[in-house]
Amino acid sequence: MTFKTKASALISKSFVAAGVSAVTVFATFPAQAAGGGPAIPRVEWSFDGPTGQFDRAQLQRGFQVYQNVCSACHGLSRLSWRNLVQPGGPEFPEEAVKALAKDWPNKITDGPNDAGEMFERDALLSDPILGPYKNEQAARAAQNGAYPPDLSLMARARNPEFKGSALAHGPHMMRDILTGYQAGGPDYLFALLTGYTDVPSYVREENGHLKPVGAEGAGGKAVEQCASVTPGEDGKPDVCNALADGMNYNAAFPGHQIAMPAILADGAVEYPKGPDGNPLVPATLDQHARDVSAFLAWAADPHLNQRKATGWQALLFLLVTTVLLFLGKKRIWSRIEH
Amino acid sequence: MSAHESNYTPTSRVGKWFDERLPIARLMHGQFVDFPTPRNLNYAWTFGGILTFCLVAQLVTGIVLAMHYQPSAAEAFNSVDRIRRDVNFGWLIQPMHAVGASMFFIAVYIHIFRGLYYGSYKAPREVLWILGVFILLAMMATAFMGYALPWGQMSFWGVTVITNLFSALDSIWAGLGTAIVEWLWGGYAVTGVTLNRFFSLHYLLPFVIVGLVALHIWALHVAGQNNPTGLDIKSKSDSVPMYPFAVAKDAVGLFAFLIVFAWFVLIMPDYLGHADNFTPANALVTPPHIVPEWYFLPFYAILRAVPSKLGGVVAMFAAVLILVFVPWLDTSRVRSAKYRPYYKIAFWFFVFTCVALGWLGSKPAEQPYVFWSQFFTIAYFAFFLIAMPVLGLIETPRPLPRSITESVLGRVTGGVAPVPAGAAAAPEKR
Amino acid sequence: MASTAEEPNRRDFLVIAGNAFAAVGGAIVLWPFIAQMNPDSGAQALASVELDLAPVKEGQAITAMWRGKPIFIRNRTKAEIEQAKTVDLAVLVDNSARNMALPESDPATDANRTKAGHENFLILIGICTHLGCIPKGQAIGDSRGDYGGWFCPCHGSHYDTAGRIRKGPAPRNLEVPPYTFVGDTKIKIG
Repeated sequence: MTFKTKASALISKSFVAAGVSAVTVFATFPAQAAGGGPAIPRVEWSFDGPTGQFDRAQLQRGFQVYQNVCSACHGLSRLSWRNLVQPGGPEFPEEAVKALAKDWPNKITDGPNDAGEMFERDALLSDPILGPYKNEQAARAAQNGAYPPDLSLMARARNPEFKGSALAHGPHMMRDILTGYQAGGPDYLFALLTGYTDVPSYVREENGHLKPVGAEGAGGKAVEQCASVTPGEDGKPDVCNALADGMNYNAAFPGHQIAMPAILADGAVEYPKGPDGNPLVPATLDQHARDVSAFLAWAADPHLNQRKATGWQALLFLLVTTVLLFLGKKRIWSRIEH
Repeated sequence: MSAHESNYTPTSRVGKWFDERLPIARLMHGQFVDFPTPRNLNYAWTFGGILTFCLVAQLVTGIVLAMHYQPSAAEAFNSVDRIRRDVNFGWLIQPMHAVGASMFFIAVYIHIFRGLYYGSYKAPREVLWILGVFILLAMMATAFMGYALPWGQMSFWGVTVITNLFSALDSIWAGLGTAIVEWLWGGYAVTGVTLNRFFSLHYLLPFVIVGLVALHIWALHVAGQNNPTGLDIKSKSDSVPMYPFAVAKDAVGLFAFLIVFAWFVLIMPDYLGHADNFTPANALVTPPHIVPEWYFLPFYAILRAVPSKLGGVVAMFAAVLILVFVPWLDTSRVRSAKYRPYYKIAFWFFVFTCVALGWLGSKPAEQPYVFWSQFFTIAYFAFFLIAMPVLGLIETPRPLPRSITESVLGRVTGGVAPVPAGAAAAPEKR
Repeated sequence: MASTAEEPNRRDFLVIAGNAFAAVGGAIVLWPFIAQMNPDSGAQALASVELDLAPVKEGQAITAMWRGKPIFIRNRTKAEIEQAKTVDLAVLVDNSARNMALPESDPATDANRTKAGHENFLILIGICTHLGCIPKGQAIGDSRGDYGGWFCPCHGSHYDTAGRIRKGPAPRNLEVPPYTFVGDTKIKIG
């Protein structure tokens, strides 16, 4: 390309320079550190990816964990009991679910009756799976101000942020799109349920910076237990956020302080046994966390099986049609010079 | 209407009777069957058809969803959840609408970039271009109000933040901004009253878009399509009848687009949205990061880049409205960037600027993101206000082919052209 | 435009195949938009209702809801059952059993409008077959009309103790919904 004047050469070159420098800068952008802490690791799920489907046995075990552990505080009220029977989910036998609904401690408020009063009755298949609290205020009153949220949509209401550099974000997005990754919610739930560890220790350096205590030990310096560290601004020392009263440390929860205590443990729920008397799947904390996260993923997205199965058929159909239309277009255009 | 005379002849007696009373078949035939279309259009020209499909898809899925949706603060979230869980095929129709909005914007941005690259905004297509900007504005208003309807956390807080922007007018005239904001809200805060009126307007605006699209297609058919060389149709060999040639190509483009659409709808419907919108709206809890949908992120970045509140609002609206002036900002005598070496570089840097602004819009308003948002905001406006006027004057365009035919077939042919009126209004000059 | 010298069959087949696939795709996509107007699974879940009739003593009546419609349930006295059984079918305005579980041609005998072994229970859809009002006769003190069953105040239709129309503008007997006894005193409607 020719340059009319020195000025035009300058303009053109500066555009190129700007572009190159922008790319360089993006590469050095700090990794996103919202709330601090490690990125949420990816877990293998049977329902992830374009061909994913729920594992029925896992969903049944997951409901067991919900029933025995979580339902003490958390509701599932956007689901109805009949959903546990329908295809695509745990697919429990209808009579078993009817009986469970009837015996469920959280009764359905119905009425008014002929005396003009509201009354409580047993749940039917068509009723929601209620939690123990009538409303948020009742929950907070019972839980020291903390609110155990309804879990019906939790697996879709959480999605960990990307924590890499600016330049890595694009390829990361492409990878997620091409692999059909949409399991950020269950990954987060699993990380949370297995993330109850000790509060990390830090030593304070001369410049006020708090450094995590590594394998080499504290080296005689005073150790501070910090649930999270707020970096000091303008040269001020870092602030150590100690664990508040009544809170629990969790590696995955934003801010690392959660009101819910570590509720799962090995053997917390008895799993179905095989013919040899041993559980078919080990009843470990890890497995409980996996199963209940998968169950909650189903609770938030009960039609996933049908959606993904339809997906493959639709995509194949569209691909074939596109190819046919493309070849047809070439045929049509072959009639003329082009 | 258009100078292109249809060569339609009714084949049946009923056809002839009707043609004398309401010549709609003649019109359709003249405009969409034997309409002369440049023979060298590439797949970037299929997005007009794709956008029409998107508009129809959003209308159909939206009207169906409105049969089940309840526009009250108490029931909106629950009704959308019920659509996804209980309504027959609701699990399909609701994501079609939500993902459809994103696909609509992907297509419209590609369509606009195509116009900017090939000079489709230049005379005599200025009104066509401006109608397009109006369609974009109507789309943005529709999408903004539509996103409020599920009444999730992001819906509620997005509406709160963006409607609050109008209070910036208080710095021009005391009380004006607040009055406008309370008028929009129908109250002293965003409530179900706001939601209800957004539902009404969200239902209305797409039909306004339909009207604008009709005018857009009309204006297009007066001048005829642009093409990658930027040259006008001068002879018969420059063009082909729209049916079957352009229609066949449009069909391929559409179905390739539908593959992407289906991938998102059926495999990963939540990807283009935000997890916080699966939590019901709570006026007392603000989400940690309030972000709009991805297609608004570049404008959001520009809004936050300017330190002054009013300045940010002005810059954000200016970023869209500046498109109106593009036909006059660009001084080049050559339409297509294919032959404009400097403009081509500026254009691709502009595309990079838009992507960068989009990414920055998703980040919190902290350093270093704020600095780079300001940098790219300046770059964004510099493309329109500096590159477009200056480059047209100083660059030497590459030699143009002598005709569309020559660019395709390598030879020049003559013959009388079925020229759409207006194509010769701005004769091509070197 | 000159055609190239190709076999028309092959050239057109591809085009036709492509168009056919696209058209079929369009038709398949249409179905969900039609199906979505059908009752959703919440409504379908309420399509069946179970009721315990033990509290309904002889001579008493209750009104329940099924699929949005009122259901009259009366535990008839011996006198009422006798009255219903001795009616000559020839004098009936409508001689169809109007039982959703039976064909229309079955006659309106008392047996066809109740369940064997539970003939004291009369279960009807409480909507007048004239223009849709809800007849009186459920509550104590309600008029039961000239035939001891139900009386519709809107236009004066009289129903007997088997819910059959005897006098008035209504053309048909009160409809019997599809129900079964699941246990001694429990019924499942729908």
